[in-house]
Amino acid sequence: MTEIERHNYDVVVIGAGGAGLRAAIEAREQGKRTAIICKSLFGKAHTVMAEGGIAAAMGNVNSGDNWQVHFRDTMRGGKFLNNWRMAELHAKEAPERVWELETYGALFDRTKDGRISQRNFGGHEYPRLAHVGDRTGLELIRTLQQKIVSLQQEDYKATGDYEANIKVFQELTITELVKAGDRIAGAFGYWRESGRFVVFETPAVVLATGGIGKSFKVTSNSWEYTGDGHALALRAGAALINMEFIQFHPTGMVWPPSVKGILVTESVRGDGGVLRNSEGKRFMFEYIPDVFKEKYATTEEEGDRWYTDPDNNRRPPELLPRDEVARSINSEVKAGRGTPHGGVFLDVSTRLPAEEIKRRLPSMHHQFKELADVDITAEPMEVGPTCHYVMGGIEVDPDTGQSAVPGLFAAGECSGGMHGSNRLGGNSLSDLLVFGRRAGLGAAGYVDSLTGPRPLVTEAQVSQASKDALAPFEGSGENPYTIHTELQQVMNDLVGIIRTGEEMKLALKKLDELRQRANHIAVEGHRQFNPGWHLAIDLRNMLWISECVARAALERTESRGGHTRDDFPGMDAGWRSTLLVCTTSDEGIDVRRQDQIPLRADLLDLFEKDELGKYFVSEELSAHRAEGTA
Amino acid sequence: MTVTPGAPGRARIEARTLRTDRWWLAPLVTFTGLMIFIIYGTVRAFQNANYWVPQYHYLAPFYSPCLSAVCEPGSSHFGQWFPDLGPLVTPPLFVLPFVLGFRLTCYYYRKAYYRAFWLSPPACAVAEPHAKYSGETRFPLIMQNIHRYFFYAAIPVALVLTWDTVIAFHGKDGGFGIGLGTLIMVVNVSLIWAYTVSCHSCRHIMGGKLTHFSKHPVRYWLWQQVSKFNGKHMQLAWASLISVGLTDLYVSLVAGGAISDLRIFN
Amino acid sequence: MGYKASFKVWRGDDKDGGLHDFLVEVNEGEVVLDIIHRLQATQAPDLAVRWNCKAGKCGSCSAEINGRPRLLCMTRMSTFTEDETITVTPMRTFPVIKDLVTDVSFNYQKAREIPSFAPPPGVQPGDYRMQQVDVERSQEFRKCIECFLCQNTCHVVRDHEENKQNFAGPRFLMRVAELEMHPLDAEDRVSAAQEAHGLGMCNITKCCTEVCPEHIKITDNALIPLKERVADRKYDPLFAVASLFRRKR
Ligand SMILES: Cc1cc2nc3c(=O)[nH]c(=O)nc-3n(C[C@H](O)[C@H](O)[C@H](O)COP(=O)(O)OP(=O)(O)OC[C@H]3O[C@@H](n4cnc5c(N)ncnc54)[C@H](O)[C@@H]3O)c2cc1C
Ligand code: SF4
Ligand code: SF4
Ligand code: FES
Ligand code: FES
Repeated sequence: MTEIERHNYDVVVIGAGGAGLRAAIEAREQGKRTAIICKSLFGKAHTVMAEGGIAAAMGNVNSGDNWQVHFRDTMRGGKFLNNWRMAELHAKEAPERVWELETYGALFDRTKDGRISQRNFGGHEYPRLAHVGDRTGLELIRTLQQKIVSLQQEDYKATGDYEANIKVFQELTITELVKAGDRIAGAFGYWRESGRFVVFETPAVVLATGGIGKSFKVTSNSWEYTGDGHALALRAGAALINMEFIQFHPTGMVWPPSVKGILVTESVRGDGGVLRNSEGKRFMFEYIPDVFKEKYATTEEEGDRWYTDPDNNRRPPELLPRDEVARSINSEVKAGRGTPHGGVFLDVSTRLPAEEIKRRLPSMHHQFKELADVDITAEPMEVGPTCHYVMGGIEVDPDTGQSAVPGLFAAGECSGGMHGSNRLGGNSLSDLLVFGRRAGLGAAGYVDSLTGPRPLVTEAQVSQASKDALAPFEGSGENPYTIHTELQQVMNDLVGIIRTGEEMKLALKKLDELRQRANHIAVEGHRQFNPGWHLAIDLRNMLWISECVARAALERTESRGGHTRDDFPGMDAGWRSTLLVCTTSDEGIDVRRQDQIPLRADLLDLFEKDELGKYFVSEELSAHRAEGTA
Repeated sequence: MTVTPGAPGRARIEARTLRTDRWWLAPLVTFTGLMIFIIYGTVRAFQNANYWVPQYHYLAPFYSPCLSAVCEPGSSHFGQWFPDLGPLVTPPLFVLPFVLGFRLTCYYYRKAYYRAFWLSPPACAVAEPHAKYSGETRFPLIMQNIHRYFFYAAIPVALVLTWDTVIAFHGKDGGFGIGLGTLIMVVNVSLIWAYTVSCHSCRHIMGGKLTHFSKHPVRYWLWQQVSKFNGKHMQLAWASLISVGLTDLYVSLVAGGAISDLRIFN
Repeated sequence: MGYKASFKVWRGDDKDGGLHDFLVEVNEGEVVLDIIHRLQATQAPDLAVRWNCKAGKCGSCSAEINGRPRLLCMTRMSTFTEDETITVTPMRTFPVIKDLVTDVSFNYQKAREIPSFAPPPGVQPGDYRMQQVDVERSQEFRKCIECFLCQNTCHVVRDHEENKQNFAGPRFLMRVAELEMHPLDAEDRVSAAQEAHGLGMCNITKCCTEVCPEHIKITDNALIPLKERVADRKYDPLFAVASLFRRKR
């Protein structure tokens, strides 16, 4: 075998989205030689597409906001299935992480007194999202990218080499994590450009690979979201939790077909946009669930007043958490009150002056104009649910981001727990920053704690990994695009927004078939920038992860957050304290139940007991302050 | 012809451009428009006649201000600073360097003639025919950086044209009067002002150079107003060029007796 | 509504290549990227193309369509007639890797050469105060999705490979302008714009502005104001004297 490119780093970060970049910055600042690896170009990761904002309780717009309120909102949004420690750290540290961005050069929209402006978003009690128009993700990723450049400039001054301590390997896909014993020893991948293989030797890997949405047909996610990090961790022996919870964003484009699924930011509603069915009715008022009855307006008048006077009015139900809105839209369409192209109307044109719309929602204006010939300042948009975010992911220690595998860390969308069964808008970008930093710190600490020689990557491991990666060229079966399309259809139809046991059993059968067929995939051409080959490799990951999703979803016999079962429509307090954990064994994928760690008493006390009663079984509340000190 | 397609590693595409639209139209129109103006301007500058209509006080803009001893009686509103230097040194030549310099170094006209005359580039994504290129880094083009001085000079010129327009409200009996010529001059001078104010240097001086608008509310306001005009700088450049030419033509035709002014009032 | 369109797609690598003909189905509402994907799925599985967001947000899918630099995902098929042959080629200014994918590392190098944001000394995180009117200009430039179409189109480097050395290109001159106009940036960047980053090479012919998918007014709002600031400093004796007595505003 020809010589394989080898690199040696203290910390290897896989993923150059918000989480990966923040982790890398931290690792480098802790003095670790750090590599950042990403599948696409530097600065193009999925984070770039985030629109609405970063949730952080800075209290700039409403001084009533603080970490406790943010924590409460996050737990409520996740239907109390969240890892409370993560939710706590997140709420506490998000403001610092946002402020830090300003020192890297970020330019958020401002309040009158010159502080960072914050906007309303579904599920957040106060205006909380730091934003830049509707291109916050771009600002976030560019800022972090530029921070990395500035660290490289520092290194250049000191050593004459920009890449002495932090280097970006772009358009490189990692296909395998390599272990020595039970610990991480390195990672194996290929350059997309040349198809040549690369080995990274490193004691610490931070996974920040984002989500899994490309397994679904209608999705706001890009080709990168094939669940690589999830699958890598799974195969390396880490556990995935909460995989049944997938967020369907209520508002994706539905027309024209080629853009179906592309996101319409929630800020449209945060800034006054309303949902109407084909009869012109603001149907969301019909769908306020009991647990939220006190928090949402019951009349259009009250809802409208809230935009200008939030202290004395309740918010309109268009701003309910995403799962609620997505389900409501789904029901309206099913009941025959949808738009011609199978969505509902989202209208800002009658709510804000044209100029204001263009100023506040420039990229939405642009997107609809260019892609759908719709002028959102003059006519309503047609929208429907789209697969958007996976709440499930690698189970990690909240404080350090370490998974069950020593040396393997995870942060961002590919990690699990923080958002429980449903993520609030804006909580992802802050999650990336808070836990990206913590994972970077955790990895650096882990490297420091190592004694003795570093774990090694063996030749045998490398040649096995190469063989696996090249297998598709040997195949004689179908082309990967066909199988991918079928997978997306299966997941969309059978494990989609509304699920039933029967359908998911069928899905599992089909997934099994697809897996058989995928073993014989054939790709044409050679290794140089060959998208067919790339897809063939990614497809394996998608199949693993889809199976986790389907199995966990079948197992959970209740509806909660991003998991809705037609055959078990209610939320079951008994299930609240149970997590579903997905691991692999020789037999294949295995899903088992695991108890949730009980909520710490002082955090429990942040809620009224009445409210908790809707989610918890009563024994769990014995520690609540209302039980008295008796 | 150019070095480009051969540059190492680039895609081997021989065609100078693969554009299928009529990309040559815009430079052609620019070229033609500017050529017409240049030819007309040269002819007029050396004609040294037909620029003053005494009964209505119309002064052709090409001859304003008329500062030479050879100027027609009554046409020198600002004195006769220069002696008669023979038939080749006509009155416009004293003012022309300023007016021409302003337009020549104008950011818009630069774009226009770099594209249409120097083909650098003729249109976007169409290869230019030059082997070497150094932009505005060397003499003479580095002199483009003095544009702001021409902007300063353009203000008195615009003031002079304004005065010309004011006195063109002159009737044949000596009192107040309005003719088509007057109106044309009003339009012209407005466009000249709009063009001058929309200048990029003006935008910079008014407020663009500040880093903190919030500390200079008045200048910020001025900058915003100028920016509005600046957004239309190209249109104003053309409109004022055409209007100056047409105004001059009109006055010259009236002065030469080819047509008579259409009087609206007195 | 669907019809068959004729496409010419450049295929090849840094050594050789040419336009290949395809006849491919087009449906309502599709963009050129959809067609390229259809080609991948049906006729040319190893056709290389970059893309991510398919919504004009990431700036990955830059190429040239009928000779015009554009985003593949934001060029709708309805802008062409049904009998038009559509030619898709890679960006010309950068070395080609394969098919429509080019090596854009030039841009990452240039990005590194621009000194980064210099935080104001003594201001703690959380204490940054900036007015909306003061950040707006730089915010316009930060809309940039780094598609590098402007870099590709700018004739300074497109037609003169040798200028790549001394010219940052519109995207990165705009970055200099962005930092120069940043209300809290502590560094002075004016002289470097001209000397190190090659602002003088730009002859303001505005092709960068013409192709920018984000509709950033690169020339009017970044390059010309920067040229004016350079003129203040280097070509304007009056201001030079005055500025001796003043600090950065
Ligand atoms: C359209 C849209 C709008 C959104 N809006 C918001 C919002 O307003 N607020 C909010 O909080 N959240 C929002 N989100 C969610 C949020 O953007 C994402 O959850 C978040 O950006 C994920 O970031 P990340 O760092 O985990 O991963 P990403 O940014 O997705 O980065 C993943 C990285 O991993 C790399 N990678 C993946 N696999 C491999 C591999 N095998 N080898 C090497 N590299 C690999 C990729 O190349 C990429 O660099 C939005 C999401 C979408 C899709
Ligand atoms: S205006 Fe300047 S930077 Fe922009 S394309 Fe033209 S020469 Fe290049
Ligand atoms: S300035 Fe515009 S054209 Fe240039 S890279 Fe940025 S978005 Fe693309
Ligand atoms: S007159 Fe055109 S820029 Fe000054
Ligand atoms: S794919 Fe992101 S800009 Fe075209």
